[in-house]
Formats: sequence, C-alpha cells, structure tokens
Amino acid sequence: MDTPQTTRTVSGAHYAFVFSISLLLWMLLSGSLAWEEVALGAFVSLMITLLFGSRFTIYNGIKFSFMAPLYVLLYLVHFFKELIKANFELAMRVLTPSLPIRPEMVEIKTTLKSPLGRMLLANSITLTPGTLSVDVTDDTILVHWVYCPPGTDAKMATDAIAASFERHIKRFLV
Amino acid sequence: MNVIGDIFLVIGAMFIALGGLGLLRMPDVYNRIHAGTKAVTLGSLSVLLGIALLHPTWWPKLLVIAGFLLFTNPVAASIIARAAKISGIKPWRIKEQGGE
Amino acid sequence: MTISTLEFIAIALLLVGMGFSAIRLFLGPTTPDRVVAADTLSVITTAGLAGMAAYFNNPIYLDIALVYGTLAFVGTVAIARAIEGNQK
Repeated sequence: MDTPQTTRTVSGAHYAFVFSISLLLWMLLSGSLAWEEVALGAFVSLMITLLFGSRFTIYNGIKFSFMAPLYVLLYLVHFFKELIKANFELAMRVLTPSLPIRPEMVEIKTTLKSPLGRMLLANSITLTPGTLSVDVTDDTILVHWVYCPPGTDAKMATDAIAASFERHIKRFLV
Repeated sequence: MNVIGDIFLVIGAMFIALGGLGLLRMPDVYNRIHAGTKAVTLGSLSVLLGIALLHPTWWPKLLVIAGFLLFTNPVAASIIARAAKISGIKPWRIKEQGGE
Repeated sequence: MTISTLEFIAIALLLVGMGFSAIRLFLGPTTPDRVVAADTLSVITTAGLAGMAAYFNNPIYLDIALVYGTLAFVGTVAIARAIEGNQK
C-alpha cells in the first residue's frame, strides 16, 4: 500500500487497548460470561498482545483520553443520522423516473494524518449522501459525487463533504 | 416487541430491494456502487436490528455482524471503484447522455 | 416455524433485491459491474442467513453468516485487485 509508514512508538496504553479490544471481541463472539470463557479469552488476548502488540501500528493515531468514548459515541450518532439521510436521498433518486443525477469526480483535501483516521473518513464519505470515495493518496481523497452543483472547486467540495466528519474524527484520532 | 421487530425487517428488506433497483437503473459502474453499497448496508443493519428485537438473547453476535458489515462494505465499494478507475472506465457525464 | 404477514413481505422483498442484483450480474457490461453485483448479492445473503437463524430459531446460522460475510469480503477484494493488475 502507498500509505506513509507511521513511526513505531508503542506505549503502555497501546498494549492495554489491543488487549481490551481482543477480549471484547472474544466475549461478543462467545456470548457468555461463564468464568472459564472469560479466563480463556483473557489468556488468548494476552498472548496476542504480547506476541503481536508492537505490530498493531494501525492503532497509533488514537488519542487516549477519558472523553474519547464519548467522542466516538457522538461521531456514531452523527454518522447514523447521515447514513439514514443518505438512504432516503438515494431512494428518492432511484424512484424518480427521470433519474436526477449529475455525477462528477472531485478531489478533496484532508488534514487527518493517521492511516486509521483517513480510512475512517473515507468510509464515512462512502456511506453519506451521494458521495463515494474512490481513491486515497496521501492527503487527497478522490470522491465520486452523484449530484455535484455546477462550478464546484476543491475547497467547496471539502467543506460540503468532509468538514463535519473531520471535525468529529479529529477529536479522537490524529 | 414482535411487531416492532417485523417492521424493522420489512424496512430493511425494502431498502435492500431499492438498492437492487438502483443497481439496475443507474447508468454506470460508479453510480451503481452508490446504490449497491448505501442502501444494502442500511437495509442489512435494519434487518439485523429486527432480528435482535425478535430474539433479544442473540444481540452480541448480531452486533459483531453489524459492526463487521459497517466496516467492510465501504472498503469493498472503494476498492471496486478504484479497480474500475484503474482499468480505465470513464465516469458517465450528463453532457454525453445516452453514451456508455 | 409459522411466519407472520410482515415477515412474508420481508422475505419477498429480500428475494426481489436478490433478483435485481442477479440480473445485473448476468447483464453487467463490464467486469466491475459484475463484481459490484456479486458483492451486493453476498451482503444480501449475509442478511438472509441472519434471517434464517431467526426462522429456524437456531443461532448457529449467525456464525455461518459471519464466516460467509468474511469470505465474501476477502473474495471481493481479491477479484478487485486482480482486475486492477490486469490492465497495467
């Protein structure tokens, strides 16, 4: 991939995060709280953290803080609101007999630095009203826009598509 | 509870059918990806929510499936769009109507 | 194993969506078109497998849905990468 190699700074919080994510996934998949299950899950998660923890550089961009879960929740609420809006808009376009679309490729700039942040932004763009991220190179995201107003430049497109998500993501990712 | 779950099932299935319709009606690959991704993602999530209301004890695994769909669907869409762009498919424009 | 009217409507709509995607899969003028249709079809199948879990009242189908979704995603990505490589 052509994403820039992030520096390998691995802190204690990083290991704790990898461990808790692994354990959470184990508990959701097993779906029981019997102590044997949890103990085995903790053992396996610990093994994964010790063996591969330093290689999970994808999590490097996360800003650990006590408010981070709240920010993630706020982002999710905003995201689902946009997703539902996007679907009603799409349903309207598909059901209108004249098919009102005016597709255009636009480039937008992002100020997010970490690969995880850029991926999250690209995913959000894909699932929101009328936009689909096609390619990510460095800080430029190529976006296919179903209904692009005439005479749009990169600045306006960035404001219209990415600004609100970037504001939300920036609070818990670099 | 059962009726609410059923209603979510119908809403989800309706969005899935709309996504299929969009997949048929749109003029080029990129627009089809729009229809095929957005509508089907929300439709599947709604179906999973309906099932979670019908069988409340299954929520952990349904949550994993929902999170997984939410994470992988846009990635698959982006990667197909990128492949289409690299393989040289020009996006459909309003000016050259009727053209491929 | 009895189903209500609403559930019947949901199953019918799900099949309609699958039918549309299958038509696009056969019709699609270019390879990416077919890949999009196949991807959509696999996601609908994942939702349908979860529905089967509810219909047969057997949570084992949820595991099948999860594994099916994973494999379908990996397959889609592999095919997309293969298309990219072809046209260099």
